[in-house]
Amino acid sequence: MSRISKDEVKHVANLARLAISEEEADMFTKQLDDIITYAEQLNELDTTDVKPTTHVLDLKNVMRKDEPRKWLEKEDVINNAPDHKDGQFKVPSILE
Amino acid sequence: MSLFDYTLRELQEKLHNKEISVTDLVEESYQRIEAVDGEVKAFLTLNKEQALKQAEELDAARGTDSAALFGLPIGVKDNIVTKGLRTTCASQFLDNFTDPLYEATVVEKLADAKSVTIGKLNMDEFAMGSSNENSSYYATRNPWNTDYVPGGSSGGSAASVAAGEVFFSLGSDTGGSIRQPAAFCGVVGLKPTYGRVSRFGLVAFASSLDQIGPITRTVEDNAYLLEAISGHDKMDATSADVEVPKFTDALTGDVKGLKIGVPKEYLSEGVAPEVKEAVMSALRKYEELGATWEEVSLPHSKYAVATYYLLASSEASANLARFDGVRYGVRTQNAETMLDMFKRSRSEGFGDEVKRRIMLGTFALSSGYYDAYYKKAQQVRTLIKNDFEKVLEDYDVIIGPTTPTPAFKVGEIVDDPLTMYANDILTIPVNLAGVPGISVPCGFSSDGLPIGLQIIGKHFDETTVYRTAHAFEKATDFHKQRPSLGGAQS
Repeated sequence: MSRISKDEVKHVANLARLAISEEEADMFTKQLDDIITYAEQLNELDTTDVKPTTHVLDLKNVMRKDEPRKWLEKEDVINNAPDHKDGQFKVPSILE
Repeated sequence: MSLFDYTLRELQEKLHNKEISVTDLVEESYQRIEAVDGEVKAFLTLNKEQALKQAEELDAARGTDSAALFGLPIGVKDNIVTKGLRTTCASQFLDNFTDPLYEATVVEKLADAKSVTIGKLNMDEFAMGSSNENSSYYATRNPWNTDYVPGGSSGGSAASVAAGEVFFSLGSDTGGSIRQPAAFCGVVGLKPTYGRVSRFGLVAFASSLDQIGPITRTVEDNAYLLEAISGHDKMDATSADVEVPKFTDALTGDVKGLKIGVPKEYLSEGVAPEVKEAVMSALRKYEELGATWEEVSLPHSKYAVATYYLLASSEASANLARFDGVRYGVRTQNAETMLDMFKRSRSEGFGDEVKRRIMLGTFALSSGYYDAYYKKAQQVRTLIKNDFEKVLEDYDVIIGPTTPTPAFKVGEIVDDPLTMYANDILTIPVNLAGVPGISVPCGFSSDGLPIGLQIIGKHFDETTVYRTAHAFEKATDFHKQRPSLGGAQS
């Protein structure tokens, strides 16, 4: 039984904001199915009551003072963008 | 011989006595790059004009400036942000990112220590890969035999040091990306304890696993470079507020009474006989030096690769969402809507491996699958971490091979993601547990390719890892071998 269908791959690609062709969808379906099947070996392990590790250091919330400080110049940041106008990032229309 | 055959301390002495100049060292770098980088392809961007200018300035301070890395030529992996110096992560998405606006913390620390940045080093795109074949520019080659891969993802970092193009380099290691290429290229590479080195300015791949670390020709030089880049950083909330020991003070050559654990899982069937033999011979050397070793078990090792690919890909899918074609990088032409612009910019800018991992991560985090894949992997991560902590209660270090085999040929497994992933089976668990690990040269295969010995220590105990590695290096001469690339170095 396959773990992931071509339609699911297309759905995931959309969620990940990737445009993929039909050929790519076929290739990724096979490869992702292999990888997910491989990953299912984790089901051999009983992990009831095992605490998940998100992070190896036992860090609690790291706080700092909320103080303004100088960082990058707005003009430099804007100049790094592919397109900009009047000191703002320019993008294609969002509303139809 | 090359100037880079000297150790850091020898070079510092020569500089301060004015036997050599910083300009000599920097020119040595660029001449060697000129001579061999057409074959090795370790560099993506050179910093020649700036570096020579800096060398001239430093030369005026020779003899008076005692900065830790004074005048030494370094290469920096291209996922570490360098102000005003092109930073691409070997991705087409950042092909035009020629003017980064700030320095990574490690790069600021290098500047304080007065090393000279020679250029930016090739890698697998966004550090995703084990062979450098996923660079969107060109694949770096192994200096020992250019038909072979240098490993990855810090392939350029390891190859540039092995080829004598720079004195040392920085890499990053998420699942083995410093240690595996160091093993394949016959150099010394350390992944520090998670939190030892600031990740600020390291382009994030998997934030709970990524660490920057040094690649050098000797253990002592590695310890000097780690001293220079370590420490708590207010810009990285996950950097640890712990004291940075003077690692070099621990290099006594004395390992009498050291207790070594050797996981049976690290010498199982998948490990090539000549790799196993090299490791056994290293263990005999440790016995001669007065250490003892015993077989131990890290029973969840076989689950590490699956755990890693689920967790690292999940984190990557979130981290790489920032590449949207709005603020920096490449944007697709003629997109009509915002959504179309996001999708096409990302699809044109990312290579297949990056897309594959983003999709795997998005799938593992998606509604209905989160518990089955992502949470499950986090739980298994706990089991793997516990394995290490348990063994390291009774032993000072864990020793095994760095990789199951020596370097493989270019093109050999590039189309088979799972086989490629399996290459990292001995390095990945170390990242999942967050402990430090080093790879040092411990032999050569019958094909003349280097073999790496991996030494793993307790959290924040790089000191013992270095002491153990240094004692072996002192008692052997594998680290003195040089590839014959481009003819012998004059």
